[in-house]
Amino acid sequence: MKTMTLADAIDDALAQAMADDPRIVVFGEDVHGLRTSLFVRFGEKRVRPAPISEAAFVGAAVGAAMAGLRPVVEVMMVDFIGVAIDALLNHAAKVEAFSGGKWKVPMVVRAPCGGGYGDGGQHEQSLWAWLAHIPGLTVVVPSNPADAGGLMLSAIEHEGPVVYLEHKLLASNMLDFLGSGGRKTVQYDVPAEGTSGPVPDKWMPAPLGKAAMRREGKDITLVSLAVGVHRCLEASAILKKKRISAGVLDLRTVSPLDKEALCQAVSRSGRLLVVDEDYRDFGLSGELAAVVLEAGIPVRYGRLCTEETIPYCRELEDQVLPSSKRIVDAALKLMER
Amino acid sequence: MLRSRRFEEAVTDLWEKGKISGEMHLGVGEESIAAGVVAHLKDGDAMALDHRGTPPLVVRGVDLVLILKEFLGRADGLCCGIGGHMHLFSREHFAASSGIVGSAGPIADGFALAAQHLRPGNIAVAFFGDGAMNQGMLLESFNLAVAWKLPVLFVCKDNGWAITTRSQHVTGGNLLDRAKGFGMPALEVDGTDVEAVWNAARQGVEKARKNNGPTFLLAHCIRTEGHFLGYTPLRKSLESMMGMVGPLLRSLPARKGASPGERIASLGSITSLIGRTVAEKYSKRRDPIYRVRQRLKADKSRLNEIEKEVAKEIQQAVGIALS
Repeated sequence: MKTMTLADAIDDALAQAMADDPRIVVFGEDVHGLRTSLFVRFGEKRVRPAPISEAAFVGAAVGAAMAGLRPVVEVMMVDFIGVAIDALLNHAAKVEAFSGGKWKVPMVVRAPCGGGYGDGGQHEQSLWAWLAHIPGLTVVVPSNPADAGGLMLSAIEHEGPVVYLEHKLLASNMLDFLGSGGRKTVQYDVPAEGTSGPVPDKWMPAPLGKAAMRREGKDITLVSLAVGVHRCLEASAILKKKRISAGVLDLRTVSPLDKEALCQAVSRSGRLLVVDEDYRDFGLSGELAAVVLEAGIPVRYGRLCTEETIPYCRELEDQVLPSSKRIVDAALKLMER
Repeated sequence: MLRSRRFEEAVTDLWEKGKISGEMHLGVGEESIAAGVVAHLKDGDAMALDHRGTPPLVVRGVDLVLILKEFLGRADGLCCGIGGHMHLFSREHFAASSGIVGSAGPIADGFALAAQHLRPGNIAVAFFGDGAMNQGMLLESFNLAVAWKLPVLFVCKDNGWAITTRSQHVTGGNLLDRAKGFGMPALEVDGTDVEAVWNAARQGVEKARKNNGPTFLLAHCIRTEGHFLGYTPLRKSLESMMGMVGPLLRSLPARKGASPGERIASLGSITSLIGRTVAEKYSKRRDPIYRVRQRLKADKSRLNEIEKEVAKEIQQAVGIALS
């Protein structure tokens, strides 16, 4: 075991895969600057900076994947995927079904996501449930370095399209690039365990669609992903002092969703609080409620999500994004009932 | 121009002090384009701006205190602290910005369409960079404007960069020819020369006002501050430098991968990008403010007066915004 940042873990796993499989190519905006180590080691033929043409290069990734390559295509931020959504919605996600299962699209779309550093509502969205809504897309969102590397490997090995989202508060290189810009005068609420941690010496794929119970708890189950997992763990520690045992389930992949782990945890605690940085309405939180209801599990349910356009103002942003304090308040409310 | 420059210098200071969060894209180096184009606008004309929207707003006369307060995330800012510097809106000036590259084109088309219906004689201007010239929606908006004869002036601020990639490295053909290919007049100017921009913009604006369709203006400029404030190669700390160099050196000898020649080539292109970024920071001769100063240097007292006036205005605005 060694220690690595989440940002390095992703690139390290990617480098391991690229060394083993020459079909893996990386392209996207500024990849020579963002992935300098890959750019130097594998050369420009395999790590290729793209024009600001998301529709074209994500679309090209679909074609390239269909024709034998295994592209890892980067979109500067998940917000910008709007420009390229057709390539995912109507092509990457549908080729396998349209071809009667005969033609697959093994590609990864990698994009930073999430807020908490004052970059405004067009640069801080999560959008994982919006993407997971599309049948045929796998959506992965790691919460720590070990998962980040393992999930990148499994995303690359997967035979279908995978959207791989890295939260900017966890990816220290992105936060440095976009949030602080080298300044020591700004501070953001960064969960240390998420940004840096133990990783294996050699990467092994982490299973897609498998949630991880980060903390057992018998009174209430907090379900989240990415930064939210760490906010939940903080909240769980506070709740413990109030003699409430709050479990924390890290979904790790939005789609496929680990319904079994969810139902198991919730049937034990009888209370479910979804903590989701993505938008509340018509999203992941409602989906989790539906899964539990469909399974016939009696549950007290609550959710803490982003409900509006994320404000630029840091104070307002903190009020809009789920925080450990608001998780504690919401959990206490669920305990009352 | 000078107001915009001094304003953004004040913004830089506030950003350095941590009073502004997240990214900060400046329009330093392109003030002459903003000034030369916006000077032709009148009430009812609209502007669709990109992530470097500050100079056109300053030149258009938007309240500096309101912009500053917005950057500070204040509830009494231009957009109530919700928008931030990439998402600046002033309804009374018909000015809207966006951080999505290329989006100014379609929005300007829409502004122009509304002008055609509701405010004949008014026009719309779209400001965007050369990086945006590879964005499908922008090129589609050119065609739409030509097909519908929309009163738009498309202004491409060509600083040679697409985020942190050299544009020429990811762009085919010639931008002027590309615009001409859509069937609209395309003019090319030295964007650091405010008079040249003013003269060229006038042609496009007059044509649009007469409802004779769009014009494309390619204005070459510089980008002295990198993609945004704190852009890694322009940081002064040794720590940042080592953060950049370390991974590169480790990757050079790593087992499996590209040939040594390809690795050296990659390293060479990174080095040249850094060199270019740093060189541009000090490319004084193409600084539009420097150029105007040179032109007006005969009237030194007037220049000094302007400098003083502007410095006072900005200082006051900062004082009010921070109070």
